[in-house]
Amino acid sequence: MAEALLEVKDLVAGYDGTSVLCGVSLEVEAGSIVAVLGANGVGKTTLNKVLSGIVRPQRGEVIFDGQRIDRKSPADIVAAGLVHVPEGRKLFPDLSVRENLELGSYRRGKAERARTMEQVLTVFPRLKERFAQRAGTLSGGEQQMVAIGRGMMGQPRLLILDEPSLGLAPRLVEEMFTLIGRLNEVGLTILLVEQNVMQSLELADAAHVMEHGCLVLSGTGAELAGNSELAKTYLGM
Amino acid sequence: MTSLDILAAAVLNGLMSGAVYALIAVGLTLVYGVLHIINFAHGAILSAAMFAAYLAFQAGVDPYVAMVPLALIFFGLGYGLQRLVIGPASHGDDRNILLITLGLSIVIENLLLAVFNSDTRTVDVAYGFSTLDLGFTFLALPRAAAFGVSCLVAVLLWILLAQTDTGKAIRAVAKEKLGASLAGIDVAHIYAVTFGLGAACLAIAACLLLPTYYVHPRVGNAYVLVAFTIVVLGGMGSIPGAIAGGLFVGVVESLSGLMFGESLGQLGIFVIFILVLLIRPTGLFGAKA
Repeated sequence: MAEALLEVKDLVAGYDGTSVLCGVSLEVEAGSIVAVLGANGVGKTTLNKVLSGIVRPQRGEVIFDGQRIDRKSPADIVAAGLVHVPEGRKLFPDLSVRENLELGSYRRGKAERARTMEQVLTVFPRLKERFAQRAGTLSGGEQQMVAIGRGMMGQPRLLILDEPSLGLAPRLVEEMFTLIGRLNEVGLTILLVEQNVMQSLELADAAHVMEHGCLVLSGTGAELAGNSELAKTYLGM
Repeated sequence: MTSLDILAAAVLNGLMSGAVYALIAVGLTLVYGVLHIINFAHGAILSAAMFAAYLAFQAGVDPYVAMVPLALIFFGLGYGLQRLVIGPASHGDDRNILLITLGLSIVIENLLLAVFNSDTRTVDVAYGFSTLDLGFTFLALPRAAAFGVSCLVAVLLWILLAQTDTGKAIRAVAKEKLGASLAGIDVAHIYAVTFGLGAACLAIAACLLLPTYYVHPRVGNAYVLVAFTIVVLGGMGSIPGAIAGGLFVGVVESLSGLMFGESLGQLGIFVIFILVLLIRPTGLFGAKA
């Protein structure tokens, strides 16, 4: 088995002394799509916040590309190549699309930034039309594109997508999942955190189901898609 | 001299002092807009800056010459204060930051008192009473210089915020701290830069005030009370609001001084302040809640 790009070991984390995560362990292999699924409030976002350095873990380790990152600052983690595209997008509403994207590669040189911008605009040609527009005035789908684009500007090797389909019209949800597949095909490793179970499983190489801060079910996408218990819980079948 | 000339002269003089108010208010509103706290140490830092300019003058350096180096020094001091004291001591809680700046103001003021005691000091510059002849009125040269420099600083600040990477990062952090962190922006650094810019504005204001104003360990407070009014008037965190509000307050003060007598000059400011709070509580340029 190839060495994992991201390795999470027995992670316990929470807020103000209480724990939300109950000792989560998972691995993400380079080049794969790994999904973490679960309902609202089971700890998915807390997991993401630990991975991106916003929340310090109470116990456990996060190893990215052979390096421990669980005590690093968010900016250093981005520089190491792990970028978290947050739930709710968290764009800079008063800044233009262009400025939003540029700030994703704040630490890089101008030439490198221009090159990455070129790539992002190839993936999201629609953003070129909206380039000078304020990000706050875009539609939900377009804002999600800016959020992912801003993440890509950091030249990540691992992209964490937190609820990228949330609040999008059904047709756009379809588009979003197609896009995630395409990003993976061009070489990005993706940790997909979603409530949208079936579509995520279709895409994922491996998947984990989270309940009450613990991973309760793990397997390949196809295995979990065929799991009757999962279908009962999340699809009411 | 006709009464219209007197009125025009009062408006003009109001604009001159309003520009310095605006400069002090810009520093305050910038820190509020980005760190979302009222910097209670703003007045004390202004007092300290005036003493710094005073000491420079005693050492033979004209306040206008000392302006740029002092702005740089106070930028560094402000940066260090936020990075090494306020930031670490606050543990990320806004209420703590508020209290720490309040504590800092007490420490700074008392240090100034201990070192310089409570005498009121003034400097004597050759151009202190020079005037410009505008035909219908005379304009004090130091006040005209204060106006010009304040406008220049406003323009430079606008260029910084609108055009540079650091400026864009400042605007990004102001609106979306979490998003900025996740995009790889070092928020602690941006906070410190913003605090440093606020302190640099005060250093420039101090150099502009020194030729015509007195120095005292608590002198900054009088200005910051007005500056705070301006910040609320213009809309908390709005830089155009602080500039417009500063000029407006300067003119109001000057006109009400003309009508009600010099000692009641600030009466008009607070009457209008109360009216704005009643009619448009978000301030003239403030975003709607």
